[in-house]
Amino acid sequence: MDRQAIFLTLRLATLTTLILLAVAIPLGYWLAYGRARWRPLVEAAVALPLVLPPTVLGFYLLVLMGPRTAAGRVLAAVFGHPLAFSFAGLLVGSVIFSLPFAVQPMTSGFRSVDREILEAAELLSARPGRILTRVLLPLVRPFLLTAAVLAFTHTVGEFGVVLMIGGGIPGVTKTLSISIYDQVQDFAYAQANHTALLLLSLSFLALLIIYGRRGRAGV
Amino acid sequence: MSSVYLQADIEHTLGDLSLRLSCALSAPWTVLFGPSGAGKTSMLRILGGLTRPERGRVVLDGRILVETEGRAWVPPAERGIGFVTQQPALFPHMDVTGNVAFGLSRLDRRSSGERVGEMLQLFQAGHLARRRPADLSGGEKQRVALARALAPGPRLLLLDEPFTGLDADLKVSILEPLTAWLAERKIPALYVSHDVGEAFQTAADVMVIERGKIQAHGPAPVVLAARRQQLLRQLGAS
Repeated sequence: MDRQAIFLTLRLATLTTLILLAVAIPLGYWLAYGRARWRPLVEAAVALPLVLPPTVLGFYLLVLMGPRTAAGRVLAAVFGHPLAFSFAGLLVGSVIFSLPFAVQPMTSGFRSVDREILEAAELLSARPGRILTRVLLPLVRPFLLTAAVLAFTHTVGEFGVVLMIGGGIPGVTKTLSISIYDQVQDFAYAQANHTALLLLSLSFLALLIIYGRRGRAGV
Repeated sequence: MSSVYLQADIEHTLGDLSLRLSCALSAPWTVLFGPSGAGKTSMLRILGGLTRPERGRVVLDGRILVETEGRAWVPPAERGIGFVTQQPALFPHMDVTGNVAFGLSRLDRRSSGERVGEMLQLFQAGHLARRRPADLSGGEKQRVALARALAPGPRLLLLDEPFTGLDADLKVSILEPLTAWLAERKIPALYVSHDVGEAFQTAADVMVIERGKIQAHGPAPVVLAARRQQLLRQLGAS
């Protein structure tokens, strides 16, 4: 088993999940309650990774992060090195690729809260942060868990974007899914089987957590 | 409380309903009558700050809450208005104490606890303090909703048919301590109701709203005279 790839994948998935939750809570709130006319535009952009081939997304991110674009040069100046073929670049790609898996459950969660409850909170507290932390987040906790588990497992299993942006550099960008691909290329089926079994177990466990919690919460 | 307490001039369109309201509240208890879809709830939502009117001005106790021309807008929680509707809308993940204390974040823990105790005692709900909303009956939920709305000490109370579905005895058992408490603190209330008898019992002013306009406003015996006669005729006929 490629232990280096396991730790790299877990590190990537953990950081991606934390960043995505920090983004998905305010974005999901805005998509659920915002009234801006261009909300469908943002909603469509967030959902795009669901329908886009990962290689297409990976290709555009690779171009964007490369030294030939202004954005790439700015990012290189900020991080001190080009983002392509680095862990930081992989992280950016993972966050974008898994964005809908975190934002959509949060949006659904916020939309599921009765309007009367939200209004009752608005009548009693003028601080949106307090309403979010004391009323909304406790009510959408099952959705928060779904968002976290989906973001984590989707990151663990991603392949196309990782390959395009990271290139599979051992210890830097080579994740478990790339490791399986390499093992199959080398006809090391037993090793590939072990790695695949690990991913399969992880995915099943994640789904078990989501459905188990939903069953208890009656969602 | 003889001077004007609440002055509202509102223009707002909601689907087919065009609200053109102009009213001044000076009575401690005003009952808002009107058929379904007349604009009663919309009026209360605008006063409470849950709906922004297209045009208008709302002044409560000398303080401008809304002035669309001057772009003045006071958010709901800063208006000093308590609002209770047909839906108690209690926070399901908090117990009764947590619900009532939610609007008291400006008070320290001790003062907040005392206020919660006072409110629960007022509505005979002290024994419910640790219960969750899911474990309460409809009447108990409305008592807690009222306690929660009154706890921050509002300067106006809006009641949008909060007792619908409750039996008459239960309604009286809630209304009596509520009206006494409001009268003691000189807090006026605007109360949406379909019960003509209630207006006479509480010596209220009555405001009749139809198709988004206020058609009559004054003491109950004057405004509801015709309706009272009609009811008496119906009783005589039966």
